[in-house]
Amino acid sequence: MQTIRYIVKRIGLAVISLFAIVTITFFLMNLLPGDPFMSEKATAENRAILVAKYGLDQPVYIQYGRYLKNLLKGDMGTSYVLQKGRPVATIIFESFATSMQLGVRALVLAIVLGVSLGSIAGLRKDKPSDGVIRVLSSIGISMPGYVIASALMIVLAVNLKVLPVTYNKPGGWIMPMITLAMYPTCYLIRLTRASILEVMNQDYLTTERAKGMSEFIVVFVHALKNSLIPVITYLGPLTASILTGGFVAETVFNVPGLGRYFVSSISSRDYTVIMGVTVFYSSLIVMMNLLCDILYKIVDPRITLE
Amino acid sequence: MKVSALSLQNKISPEDFAPLGSDHFRDEKLETEEIGYWKASWRRLKKNRIAMFALIVILILLVFAFIGPVLSPYTYDQQVRGDEGLWPCMAHPFGTDRLGRDILVRCMIGTRISMAVGIVSAVIVMIVGSIYGAISGLAGGKVDIFMMRLVDIIYSVPEILLIVVIKMIISEPLQNLIDNTPSLKGLQRIGPGLIAIFVVYGLLYWVGMARIVRGQILQLKNMEYVTAAQALGCSKGRLIREHLLPNCIGQLIATVMLQIPSAIFTEAFLSYLGIGVSAPMASLGSLASEALNGITSYPYRVIFPAVLISLIILSFNLFGDGLRDALDPKMKKA
Repeated sequence: MQTIRYIVKRIGLAVISLFAIVTITFFLMNLLPGDPFMSEKATAENRAILVAKYGLDQPVYIQYGRYLKNLLKGDMGTSYVLQKGRPVATIIFESFATSMQLGVRALVLAIVLGVSLGSIAGLRKDKPSDGVIRVLSSIGISMPGYVIASALMIVLAVNLKVLPVTYNKPGGWIMPMITLAMYPTCYLIRLTRASILEVMNQDYLTTERAKGMSEFIVVFVHALKNSLIPVITYLGPLTASILTGGFVAETVFNVPGLGRYFVSSISSRDYTVIMGVTVFYSSLIVMMNLLCDILYKIVDPRITLE
Repeated sequence: MKVSALSLQNKISPEDFAPLGSDHFRDEKLETEEIGYWKASWRRLKKNRIAMFALIVILILLVFAFIGPVLSPYTYDQQVRGDEGLWPCMAHPFGTDRLGRDILVRCMIGTRISMAVGIVSAVIVMIVGSIYGAISGLAGGKVDIFMMRLVDIIYSVPEILLIVVIKMIISEPLQNLIDNTPSLKGLQRIGPGLIAIFVVYGLLYWVGMARIVRGQILQLKNMEYVTAAQALGCSKGRLIREHLLPNCIGQLIATVMLQIPSAIFTEAFLSYLGIGVSAPMASLGSLASEALNGITSYPYRVIFPAVLISLIILSFNLFGDGLRDALDPKMKKA
């Protein structure tokens, strides 16, 4: 019962957050100087016609009401500038398919590498392998995305010439994937290591050893299971990090994904695309956070519900 | 006095009743000198070799960023004729870009920007977050619930999106304001991009700090010494200043230290996307992004700023970790 109440409360909060984000972005966006048609080679008259056609001459709150109404019906409008006349929803889903292919690969790589290396470091505390993993993860966590991207390019594409620079060629997804996965992998290594060390000191493991269970079962069945709980909480921020990391990785490696639309839509004042991308990204992040928090409470009954 | 041989009485003499010398108990005293919180923390920090090394690197980087440009014969926007596109050499240890600007001095300025962004943002976060968290924790009840719900909402906003939008909006009005107000001339060089970052930090990033401070205050509020202080008629302001703040300052500083690299990260990210500092001002992110097009022929133009930014973030991360362990041993991660 308590769990259900908690879940309902969290969903309510998520809806309010999303509503707040949509509202803030909409009004901020309308504060931007200029309009979507400023680059158009048209007379003032024609521009006025365009502005009137899209209803941009009406007061902002009326535009806002209309946008919200359409959004609830699932209609995000059509692009004004970047891909004139195409529905925003289509643009988002097409380009997000590419971003997601890359993002999911990076996510899987980060979780597999991060958890396994973190466990090795935690179980072999103060041994050389622990030292090496710790040093590497400290360095990895300190490198912004473009530094990793540049390093990969210089080494793998320019000097060794083993991988292509652009995304479309075969194997072109490897470098953007590593770029995206680097930070989360290193973060997960540190998180898993700390968590393992904490769990390994718990009394219940000593009890199990005293009962004569093999070290293998103690570690892999009982210790690892509990130490992976904090990792779940990181999955929400992890998704956010991979999404925003996509802005850089997609620019550097010319990936035709959603990330590059974000900055270009703002600079070209493509209102519907700005709103569409923001709504889409925020919903994704808010939903992932919600899912992780709920999962966290269900997996670990020790956590007291508010 | 005659004593029988079978007597169990001790032999006593008048000297046994003489007062003891003043140094009699010296040897029995425990040899621990009283050391304060800060001194103890500093001792713990000094023992952490990695953190001390990181501190030295940070100091060297500060000298590099703030004194280096003064010693350099070039300025960051000076285009030296005839020196365009040079590889690293004696006159230009980091080489020059295609406009003949010395990359070493541009890297120094970029380091200065990164460090300044990190430190200023961290200070903003600390001020806003700790005031908000302290009010929320002290007030309790409905006020606390409302304030924390607000934090929850802000927490879920993807801040990168808002930074970009806010930056675009305030750019123009801010530029006009700076150009027309003589007292703000100093801000002209850093440009609206950086100011937008500060604004967004002030608006959004403080929530983590607010949560930590509130948690601390809630814990401390119920301690007996606080009740005692209140019973003695301690005012609210004095309570915060003299009893609550000093007891959570360690965790505060540690959190702020770890905020610095995160702010530097954000600045590098934005400058790289071309929405950080305005040209000709250089930041490590914008330097790397400018150089990326020529990465095949001039890799050094990317390497120097990239290595520097990683070094800055790494040393702040390591020092922050060490500082957290030293200031708050309870929080120490194994």
